[in-house]
Amino acid sequence: MARTAPMGSRTQLVQQLWRDRYIYLFLLPSTALFALYTLWPIGVSIYFSMLDWSGFEQAGRFIGFANYKELANDRLFWNAFRNTVTFMVLAVPLRVGLALLLAILLNQALPFSRVFRTAIFLPVVTTAAILGVVMRFILDPTSGPVNLALLQSGILDQPVNFLGQSGVALYTAVGVWVWKWLGITLIYWLAALQTVPKDLYEAARIDGASGWQRIVYITLPLLTPFTIIITLITVVEATNVFDLMLTLTNGGPFYATEVIDIFVYRQAFASNTPRLGYASAASLFFGICVIALALLQLIILRRIRQKPAETE
Amino acid sequence: MSIRRSRPLGRRLSVVLAVLGLTALCALWIYPFLWLVSASFKGPLEMFQKGLNLMPDAFDWGNYTRAWQDGGFSTYMLNTFLVTSGTVILVIFHCSLSGYVLGRYEFIGRKTVIGVLAATFVIPLGFTIIPIVDLSRNLGLLNSHAGIILALGGSGQAAAILLYAGFFSRIPKEVEEAAIVDGAGFLRIFFSIMLPLAGPVTATVAVLSFLAAWNSFLVPLVFTFGNPNLRTLAVGMLAFVGTNETDWSGMAAAATLSLVPVVTFFFLVQKYFVEGVAGAIKS
Repeated sequence: MARTAPMGSRTQLVQQLWRDRYIYLFLLPSTALFALYTLWPIGVSIYFSMLDWSGFEQAGRFIGFANYKELANDRLFWNAFRNTVTFMVLAVPLRVGLALLLAILLNQALPFSRVFRTAIFLPVVTTAAILGVVMRFILDPTSGPVNLALLQSGILDQPVNFLGQSGVALYTAVGVWVWKWLGITLIYWLAALQTVPKDLYEAARIDGASGWQRIVYITLPLLTPFTIIITLITVVEATNVFDLMLTLTNGGPFYATEVIDIFVYRQAFASNTPRLGYASAASLFFGICVIALALLQLIILRRIRQKPAETE
Repeated sequence: MSIRRSRPLGRRLSVVLAVLGLTALCALWIYPFLWLVSASFKGPLEMFQKGLNLMPDAFDWGNYTRAWQDGGFSTYMLNTFLVTSGTVILVIFHCSLSGYVLGRYEFIGRKTVIGVLAATFVIPLGFTIIPIVDLSRNLGLLNSHAGIILALGGSGQAAAILLYAGFFSRIPKEVEEAAIVDGAGFLRIFFSIMLPLAGPVTATVAVLSFLAAWNSFLVPLVFTFGNPNLRTLAVGMLAFVGTNETDWSGMAAAATLSLVPVVTFFFLVQKYFVEGVAGAIKS
């Protein structure tokens, strides 16, 4: 650090602040934007969630915790909550696990591994909202190529309504989401695998360990901290599937794929009688759940990092 | 990988199997894009008659003119370019400034700033969209590109700030001591020495924020309810299929148009992107 000065009296403090004026000037744009677009929204959400408020143009009326009481008994809210949890429980292990499997394969210096990596990565860079729309056509029950292929090859004799059938649509959304984002998790895993020392593998090979044993006894234990970080990132991303879900299913059919994001959006923006206070309450409640989940994972991560230090 | 010269047959066989499996998987992965491009050249009837055949009879550019002119995608494209470049510039501007002082100077309040930044790392934009719209409306920024740019570039940039801070903290002290001896002030040191040195970080931040802004949906969606002329490609796409439900080849052309710039961009700067993402997870 370039500047440190002893502090003591008030004038010294003022002098130091004045001397550092360029530092604060440089900090100003980020701080102002952060205050406006992150801190203020988080703080004011708490107040908004206690309003009966039917549109940005109107004034809200303070109603205390009534929104939360209503949420507790709102079957559609709990349906959305359940859908989000189901989505997460299915999609996160699938994405993290499949990406790890692929990363271990691609880390073997196979021919064309760069081409494979790029192909898997392609959906990641493309717009989720546009892919959602495109997938509606690709999965169309009558003329979509997926159903055509399944029918023509004789695998099915009836087309599957992937997005229009309430028992199927959420699973389809999980599949599309994993397809879209697998590539980024793959890059994470490949970066993590680079940290495993090569000579460990050599030593194990000399000791006669098979490829499978090397993965189970060397790679996986060394990857544990990465596993937690990658899972944490993926869990947070799985709570934020608005773009894909709105364009793919719009929460339908009959709320079967309505996740929290869509529930909030519908209450706040897509209804003839917007309920901004109610939507704020739902969004705040769910935001706290996500943060609690993230904190829990961070605590576990810290525990695991401390353990090897204690045993050494 | 293998040190032994002559690989056993089993190993060679497993390599062939792995390559075949991966080829099949990748074919499946990029199939939607192949289908999309193929459909964008097919005639409206051909679309439904030819089934799975990806090769169009003739390259029908009519779908593209329809999407570009009647569908409004020329406007959406321009809007997306404006919003994206504005966001990239805003992000680089404020994150390089704050990252510089956070990474290089000790001052009163530094720890608080870093703590607050790190604490809000996981809060997704979706949870704060209502206050952001309310704030933007009060500031007169709703239904404007400036409002979208500020909302996109002003929220969730902790990662970019910390990326800059990390880079600047590693530059040796001698660099700026030499400059001070030469009589350079705070601003000169930053603009003519430090910022140019940070070129690779700027490239990574630019690439990541370009992709994030180009692909953003929720903010441009709720900011353009009142003025369809301001829609970006992602928002325009939803509106297009809403009004032209049966125009599959028009939809495909519009989607291809929307995806070509971002995919091209990605292939041009792939290196920075993969490095940035991989660097983030390692630290």
